[in-house]
Amino acid sequence: MLRGLFQLTWIEIKVFFREPLGALGTVLMPVLVFVLLGRFGTNIAPNSDFTSSNVFRVDVPVFAAILISLNAVLSLVAIIAIYREGGILKRLRATPLRATTILTAHVLVKLLLTAATLTLTIFAGKRYYPVGADVPLVSFGLALIISTWSILSVGFIIASIVPTARFAQPVGAIILYPMVALSGLFVPVEAMPPTLHSIAKILPLTYAVSLLRGMWRGDAWGAHFSDIGALVLVFVICTAVASRIFRWE
Amino acid sequence: MPKARPVVQVSNFRKTYKKFVAVDDVSFDVYDGEIFGLIGPNGAGKTTTMECVEGLRIPDDGRISVLGLDPFRDIHMLQQRIGVQLQEAQLQKRIKVKEAVHLWAKLYGRKPSDGEKLLEQLGLADKRNAWFMTLSGGQKQRLFIVLALINDPEVVFLDELTTGLDPQSRRAIWELVRGIRERGKTVFLTTHLMEEAEKLCDRVAIIEHGRIIDMDAPEALIRRYCPERAVVLTTDDPTAETRFSSIPSVDEVTLKDGKLTIRGSEESLVTQVIQCISESRIHVTDFRTVLPTLEDVFLKVTGHSIRD
Repeated sequence: MLRGLFQLTWIEIKVFFREPLGALGTVLMPVLVFVLLGRFGTNIAPNSDFTSSNVFRVDVPVFAAILISLNAVLSLVAIIAIYREGGILKRLRATPLRATTILTAHVLVKLLLTAATLTLTIFAGKRYYPVGADVPLVSFGLALIISTWSILSVGFIIASIVPTARFAQPVGAIILYPMVALSGLFVPVEAMPPTLHSIAKILPLTYAVSLLRGMWRGDAWGAHFSDIGALVLVFVICTAVASRIFRWE
Repeated sequence: MPKARPVVQVSNFRKTYKKFVAVDDVSFDVYDGEIFGLIGPNGAGKTTTMECVEGLRIPDDGRISVLGLDPFRDIHMLQQRIGVQLQEAQLQKRIKVKEAVHLWAKLYGRKPSDGEKLLEQLGLADKRNAWFMTLSGGQKQRLFIVLALINDPEVVFLDELTTGLDPQSRRAIWELVRGIRERGKTVFLTTHLMEEAEKLCDRVAIIEHGRIIDMDAPEALIRRYCPERAVVLTTDDPTAETRFSSIPSVDEVTLKDGKLTIRGSEESLVTQVIQCISESRIHVTDFRTVLPTLEDVFLKVTGHSIRD
């Protein structure tokens, strides 16, 4: 059923890194944002007893992680749009490759990319965020993978509705970035006015932020079952919608 | 040509997009070992028909059978036995030629060396490490032929294979297509180039506005619709015009710019003109025959040129 998945994924990884601008933008941008924010944070909060330090200790890593995730999703939206417009999806589909294999390969590439960027970010950030034993990096990484996987399904819906490759990135950004504002990262979801509150409650990013924040603080997985449940639900619903409206050409 | 077993059978096929009827009541068979061409202008329904035959689209009505299989229902079984080249398809810009070929070999359960051999045969061996985006139009089409042939298919579908290529690459591709037939495979192609159809196809179906107008060997269609032929020659013999006019199969002789044009509808016209030249010892400095082409047939049956 998934025949050729390994080959196609490997080819897509190589093809991705052969385009230096795309690769640099997607991988290095979040690292850069993280490092700059970190430097900014340590400058104004040199002592950890300063009240805002918690924001920088917990929320900057979460914010960077969300950026990594959204970058991966935007990159997926752009690639799918380009592949569709160029007839690449159509050509691949006229082979024994199953449709799900083609899309799974792209999801895998983006998840690997997310993991790689996160690892880079953590290495880069070590200078500003002494990563102690109290931060469970593996759990945090896993939480980011789960979040990205879920939001990628939203990416497929966006990829289905954007008319041309030219619009893919901007349309994706317009849909995805406002979610960051409502995700509870800057304003607690509980403190939002009722309308925004209910919107925030249906956005996957809200649950991703809650999960990532919890994992960075060292919460147990058990405390975040509802977040994971919500992310899985988003994935199931969006995948079902995307499979109905997805256009191959 | 003896009637071989039909490998593609299409009967009363119809396909609409919303209210637009793309193809209506189309029926034809493609026989084993022939090059069959679906010819007509852009938007006539060629690609729609071909993509339904390939199982990429669902027909609204009618029956399609390829190698005895239903292309849409049995697509996975069929894919192993057919080779496909799609119109305006691309590969990843930065995929290497050899990566594409190895991927395809893997997908069809073939050895990578089978693909390498085809690259060699189609003259792409020195391009195996090149990115797809760096290939010329002709090289891209040759790669697509390699990919279409990788599973040693029984039927090969080629959709507008030479569109956008320069005449030289086009001729090279024609040779390759003849080569495919020589391997014992059936070729089903579409083209809007009448010259291509005439030079390449054993049989053609002319399609316009989603309907097949007529179908036969190109020479048979020319005989049927455009039997007129002409001899154009240059001579300074003042008696020539009347001598040629007295040949029974000649309909008309005209003189223009020192060139005599002798028209008639019988196949024996050219022989009779040559006999007349020889018997009357007419001194001829130039001689050429003008035979109708598929392009003329198209003009005749549709009432307009294919380029309109």
